[in-house]
Formats: sequence, structure tokens, C-alpha cells
Amino acid sequence: MISSQLPALQVVLPLAAAPLCILFHNRTFAWLLMVFVSLASFGISCALFNQVLAENAITYAMGGWVAPWGIEYYIDKLTTYMLLIVNGIAVLVSLGARESVENEISSDRIYLFYTAFLLNLTGLLGVIITGDAFNLFVFIEIASLSSYAIISLGKDKRCLYAAFRYLVYGTVGASFILISVGLLYVVTGTLNIADLSQQLVNAENTATITTAFVFFVIGIAIKAAIFPMHLWLPDAYTYSPSIVSTFLAGTTTKVFIYVLIRFIYSLYGYEFSFFHESFDNLLMIAACGAILYGSYRAIKQDSLKRLLAYSSIAQIGYMILGIALITELGLAASLIHIFNHAFIKVGLFLAVTAIIYSYGTDSIERLAGMAKTSPFTFVLFLISGLSIIGVPLTSGFISKWYLIKASLEAGYWGLIVIIVFSSVLAIIYIGRVIETAYFKPEATNTASFNNKKMPHLLFLSLFIFCFINIYLGIETSLNVDMAFQIAHELINK
Amino acid sequence: MNSQLLIISALLLPIIGVIFIALTQKNINLRETCTLITSVALIYIVYSLLPAVLNGVHPELYLFNITSSLAIHFKVEPLGMLFACIASFLWLINSIYSIGYMRSNKYKHQTRFYIYFALAIASTIGIAFSANLFTLFIFYEFLTLSTYPLVTHKGTDEVKRAGRIYLGILLATSICLFLPAIIWTHYLTGTIEFTRGGVFNGDYQPIVIISLLLMFTYGIGKAAVMPVHRWLPSAMVAPTPVSALLHAVAVVKAGVFSVVKIIIYIFSPTFLSDIIDVNVLLYLAGATILIASVIALRSDNLKRRLAYSTISQLSYVILATALLVPISIMGAVLHILAHAFGKITLFFAAGAIYTATKKTEVSQLDGIGRCMPWTMAAFAIGSLSMIGIPPTAGFLSKWFILQGALDIQSWFAVTVIVISTLLNTAYFLPIVYVAFFRNSNTKNVCTYNEAPFPIVLAVSITALMTVILFFFPEVPLQLVKLLIGEGL
Repeated sequence: MISSQLPALQVVLPLAAAPLCILFHNRTFAWLLMVFVSLASFGISCALFNQVLAENAITYAMGGWVAPWGIEYYIDKLTTYMLLIVNGIAVLVSLGARESVENEISSDRIYLFYTAFLLNLTGLLGVIITGDAFNLFVFIEIASLSSYAIISLGKDKRCLYAAFRYLVYGTVGASFILISVGLLYVVTGTLNIADLSQQLVNAENTATITTAFVFFVIGIAIKAAIFPMHLWLPDAYTYSPSIVSTFLAGTTTKVFIYVLIRFIYSLYGYEFSFFHESFDNLLMIAACGAILYGSYRAIKQDSLKRLLAYSSIAQIGYMILGIALITELGLAASLIHIFNHAFIKVGLFLAVTAIIYSYGTDSIERLAGMAKTSPFTFVLFLISGLSIIGVPLTSGFISKWYLIKASLEAGYWGLIVIIVFSSVLAIIYIGRVIETAYFKPEATNTASFNNKKMPHLLFLSLFIFCFINIYLGIETSLNVDMAFQIAHELINK
Repeated sequence: MNSQLLIISALLLPIIGVIFIALTQKNINLRETCTLITSVALIYIVYSLLPAVLNGVHPELYLFNITSSLAIHFKVEPLGMLFACIASFLWLINSIYSIGYMRSNKYKHQTRFYIYFALAIASTIGIAFSANLFTLFIFYEFLTLSTYPLVTHKGTDEVKRAGRIYLGILLATSICLFLPAIIWTHYLTGTIEFTRGGVFNGDYQPIVIISLLLMFTYGIGKAAVMPVHRWLPSAMVAPTPVSALLHAVAVVKAGVFSVVKIIIYIFSPTFLSDIIDVNVLLYLAGATILIASVIALRSDNLKRRLAYSTISQLSYVILATALLVPISIMGAVLHILAHAFGKITLFFAAGAIYTATKKTEVSQLDGIGRCMPWTMAAFAIGSLSMIGIPPTAGFLSKWFILQGALDIQSWFAVTVIVISTLLNTAYFLPIVYVAFFRNSNTKNVCTYNEAPFPIVLAVSITALMTVILFFFPEVPLQLVKLLIGEGL
């Protein structure tokens, strides 16, 4: 039965498609394949979603080797929630990618770009779906290595430095994760996450387990760019090809936060995680630091991509904040924000992709008065921008509503001040872009811009993102109800 | 038409008007006709809702649910009805005035002006009819954003700077205080619907309630309680029709309206008076009244004087509501009405003076009453209403407020009202006096005449209404009594 093989297909499909791009060596084919595979992959995740709704959780023994010896894929609501985000973004981003990729990556490397892109998707999906700690590490590395590659494909030479820097940080993070997995194996003799969590309950609370936990959290914090371990992120997002920044901003960091949630709640159990070494306080400090630092730095940037990168750092802070509250509502708020922010930030980055495609620059100063020449791009940027500020009737408002409510419930007054203050900062950094584009007089040297029209597919994809941003702000049953169910299950496990 | 249809069309009509204004921008007479027709139609629709409300029915409209507790929901209760009536009626008069003002002062981008004006009115109606805090908040923000292009209409650097203050203060207060207060209320009570008798029942610590009350009052920056009043004088850089309708009526009244509505339907006055010993709000409002009056007295610029007078009059409404007795709340609501007509008359007159003579300072107005008798007569009536002298609407509201203050023997409120009445007299009557009785030059020759006809027409109508409301206050009184009957 094909439906019972879906968990494997979810990963195998993009993995198998990647070499095809090299075999055919044709950029149009590679793009079509990318779109097709991501669509199919999205279809698979929808089917899995339906299965999970019916059966609660699916386990899949890879190659028929039963857990804990074989590699097991474990799919519950949280898994499908993340699969839907990543696949949904992959479909929409690849749909609009073609012209921008041809514009920003030299044409003899485009097929390689799609190869690496597919591998990156494989890695991310694998990280989400796997139920095995070592396999998790393997997929993390697939995702990371392929992302170093696609970041370095940009025409701007600085992307090489950015990719290298990301590589150094990422490798350190990966080694920490590997060390942690190794330590856990030493103590328990198993790598299966479900099995590990059983063993850990029975195991004595030794320093080894705690050390493993610390190593793991630090490793993930680097990968997920949690402040103050975010240093690779701004450069990587700024200098990589726009489509790459778009895809990474929507998926990578969120997937690693998902891994963090999995480890805290499914593997260690949240009693261990939080009531042990005042871990929640550390997380909370990191989160608040991220929110304030990210928003503050975003104000100062001239490059739009860099601005959005810093804004991402702040938004990651929100997600961590929800987790650090250790309440059901907080966790749900965090999950809601993971979902909403993925679509908001990709919408923003895609708008910037369109801007770079049209004008060849993402410098805010040089965009003066450009809203007249490309009205659609800026309207769509504005909609996503309002969403990131958290204006009512956009999805960003829903995230903030639950985050503030969760902070209130947990009794943290200061957090509300921080959330609100950073919203004001968001008004400033988004407002600056809008003011320049709409109200500043047009620069005289516009003739030097190549000024191409936005491709139709890019527009379509951008439009869908903005539609989703508003839709999720008005009709929330899709993600909010799901997030609450997941949070309930994770906490009361 | 059934009432749901009426509510939705009241909200959509100005937006449909916007489309027609945009379509007819080539032909300015046609464009202005669109504005006028839209405003007449809006009056018709809003006033069609009136009989039902007077019969004690509250027409409702559910648009959609966002989450189980967040909904876009409209409900027309007496207070909102009154506010919508004021706003829609004055929009028509103000449109007539705008046509005269914008044309004779040769403003650019007039289409944009009318478009954003209509949007601002749509937001105001949304605020008036909102049935929960969330809906109110959305339209409150819409109103801020739609008035920003009107404030910065001239587009010069100085105007943009003022516009930033305007936008900055209003947005920052609403996001930093208003929104958290809404979420806190929701967290404490589980609901943010405007409910008869308030949503708070049970034991709450007074400190929690007082903080919430203050967060609401300051979060609603449009109510201009000091120290969040700075945006209002800044907004005076706008063309006069904007200052007149928006910064004497729609925007600022939306602020005090929201505060009153929250005190009545979220807290409920009885609950508040049970739980709070020291009424902070009363003192804050009292201080604002006095300080703003003193600043008004010292301002030579006419519009600035009117702006500070507005700040002080807005706090009358807050002060009266903060007394928490039915009779003073009646006064508060009537004051929203009375001040709307009085202050718009004064702004209209200031704009008329500017249009006819380009004079903006109080000290330049010697003898102007002889050359512009209609305008200055209207100004005199407006001033009387501000001071509270019969036969003007201002007398009625002040009467109720004072009665409320005496009833509960709040000597602080009484003193504030008396002193501020003296201050009002001191900064308005001299203008009227010099305009009519002092000669600017030895020759009795007028170098200028009345402003264009639409301007004079508009200013006369509002002045007349100020007097009419004194003699025939039945409908507003009935609405207010309904409000008192159900809310307390």
C-alpha cells in the first residue's frame, strides 16, 4: 500500500530527485522538477496530516527494521504541522523562483542550485520526520551542508565569506549535537527518541545526561540562530541569492526550533528540562535579548535583506519566549508564531526578491519613490510588513495576542513591555521602508536601474503569501486550534 | 431596510464614496457632488437606525469570528448612536465648508483630501458601532492611519515633522497601553464584549483595576488627557476643515467616546465606585482641564488656542464620567454633543478668517467683526457654548456635570469647573470683544469681506445648531437616558 509508505516517500522523493537535476543538466527541467517535487511532497504531507488526524500518531520502521534497532520515523500532529509549513513554503518559493534565480545565479550553475535546494528540502523534511537521534544528526548535516552550498552560489562575492562563516558556526553546532547524541547513547544504549525518553526516565540523573542536554541546547541554539549565537545569520541572509534567503528564513531556523521543542518535551520531558538548571530563565534571557537586539539592529540597516535578517533574529526570540514560559498557552503561542512568522517572513523576503529583480538593489535609500513604479510589490511588502508589526486582521496580531496572553498568565509583566516595545521598533523599521518608497521623491538616477517587470509566477507566489497572512489573521482555526492540541499533548504527555 | 443591512451600509457607504471620488477626480464639481451625495446618504442611513435605538432595540451585526473570543462584531447602542449621528451630520456640513475652503485657498491634491476624509469617517462610524474592544481597536487604528495623510496634506518638512509626532504618539500609546489593556481585560474576564453592567464581576485588587483604567485612558491617546496631548496641537498644521471635523469632532470625540464606553460597558460605574477609593482619573482630568486652559489663554495663535481649549474640554468629558454618578455621565455624553457643535463652529470661523484675511493670530483680530459679521457672530455663539452660557448647548451639559459633582459633593470637580469656566471666559470673550468693539484702523473701511458662501453657510448652520440643541434637546436626552437606564 502506497499510503503506508508515505513517511518514507516524504524524504525519499526529494532525495531521489536531486541527482536527476545533475543528470539532465538543464535549468528549466531542474526548475520544473523542483516545482513538481515540492508539490508532490506537499501532497504527501497533506495525506500524512489526514492520517495523523485519524490515527493520532504513525510510526514507520525504515527498511522494516523495527525500533529501537532500526531507524524509525515518527509522525504526530507536531510533525505534520511542521511538514505542512516547510512543504507549503517550498512549493510557493520554488514556484516564483525561476526568473530570480536566473537573474542572480550564473547560468551554468543553476542546475546545481536546484540540486542543492532539493537536498536542503530533503534534510529539513528528514529532521522533522525522523524518530532517531543519530538519523536526526545526519539530516541536520544534509540540510546544513546543502544550505552552505546554495548560499555561496550568489554573484556577490561576499556570499562566499558568509557561507564560510555559516559553515564554521554550523559545524561547531553540529559537533555539539553529535557529542550530545553520543553521550546519550553511552548512558542508554539506544538512539531511538521514543526509547531514549523511556530510558531517561529510569536512568539515574547523572552529570552525563545533563551534559548531553547542555551540549544539545547549545548546538541547536547555534543552528537556530538564537541570540547570542546568531552571528552567522545576518551575513548569510544578506549576501546569498534572494530566493535562498527567502527559503532559509522561512524554514531552517523554524525547523531547528522544532528540534529544540522535540528534545525538551518528547525526549527529556519538560520536568527534566525546566526544573533542573534554571534552563527556563536562561532561555528567557536569550529570548528577550534576541527580541530587543534584533529589533534595534533592524532599525539601523540600509540593506533590506539585512533588515529582515535582524528582524528574524527578533522573531526567533518570540518563539523561544513562548517555550520559556513553560505553559501550555506559551508553547501554543510559540507554535502559532512559528507558523505565522514562516509565512510573514517569506512574504517579505519574496517582496525583496521582486525588488532586487526589478532594481538590482536592496538598499532602502535607493528605493525612494519606487512605490510608484512597482505598486504591487510594495503593497504586498506593506501587507506582510503590517503583519510583522502585528496589526489586527493580520496573522502577526494573532501570534502577539497569544504571546501577550501567555506572558500575562505566567505573570511576567516585563515581557509584555518588551513585546510591545519591540512592536513599536517594528513600526519604525517597516515604516522607514514604506516612507522611503511611498513618500520620498524619486531619485534622479533611476535610469541606471534595469527596471524589469516582476515575473508573473513570482507575483502569484507573493500574492498567495500575502493572502495567507491576512487569511490567518481572520480565520485562525487552521493553525491555532492545531497548535493548542499539540501543546496540550506535549505538556500532558 | 433591516438593521443589519443598515449597519453594513453605514460602514461601506463612505468607502463606496471613495471609489466614486477617485473615479470623478477629473471633474472637480462632480467629485464634490460625490462627497456631498455620500454624506447625505450616510446621514439617511445612520438616522434610519435611530428609531429602533430609541425604542430600546440594539441592532447587531456579526461579521466573523477570528478565534472563539475575537470577533468583528457591531452593535448600535445609544451612546454609539449619538456619536454616529454627530459624526455623519457634521461630515455633510464640513464637506460644504471644505469645498469653499480648499478651493479658495488653492490646495493641491484635493482628491486625496476627500478620499482620506471619507475613509476617516468610515473608521469613525466603525468605532461608534463596535460591540467589542477588538473591533473598536481596529477602527481606532484605521482612524489614526487615515487621518495621517490629512494632517500632512501640505507636505512641507515642518508639516511632516508634526505628522510624525501625531502618528508616533497615537500609535505608540495605542500599541503600548491600549492593546495590552485589552488583552489583560480578556485574560481577567474572558470577554471583551461591551456588556451591560460591565464585564468585571468578582473580586479584583483595586490596584489592578486602577492600572487598567489608566492604561485605557492613556492608551486611548485620542482622548488627549495630559501628558499624551501633544499630538493635538501638532495636528493643527492640517488644513482647517481637518482640524474642524477631525480634531474637534471625529478623532478626539472617538477618544473620549471610547473612554466613556469602556467605563460604562467594560468597568461599569457602580463597580468602579465600589472598588476605587481615590479616583485618580478625576484628578488627572481636572489637572488637564486647568493646565490646558492656562496654555490656551497664553496662546496667540488662534488655532493653537482652540486646540488647547479642545484638550481642556475633552477632559470635561473624562472628569464628568469619572464622577461615576448617572447624572454626571449624562452630562459627559451631552458634552460630547455640545462641544462638537460649538468647537466645529469656532474652527470654521478661524478657517473663514484665514481664508478671507490670512490672519492666524488672536492679536490681529481687532475690528474684524464689522467686516465679517456672520462669521464673528457664529464665533461668539461658539464661545458662549464653550463657556456654558445659555442659550447654547454648552450650558446644558455643564449643568448636568455640575449637578453630578454637587450630588456627590466632589468639591474638587466643582472647583475645577468653576475655575475653568472663568478661564474659558478669559480666553474667548476678549476675542469677541475686540472683533466687534475695537477699531483696527481709524478709517472704517473694510479691506476684506466675508469668506466664500459655502464657508459662511457651514459656519452659520453649526452656530444655529448650537442654539437649537439648547431649545430642543429631546432626542439626545432620550438617548442619554436610555444609556443611563441600561448601563448603570
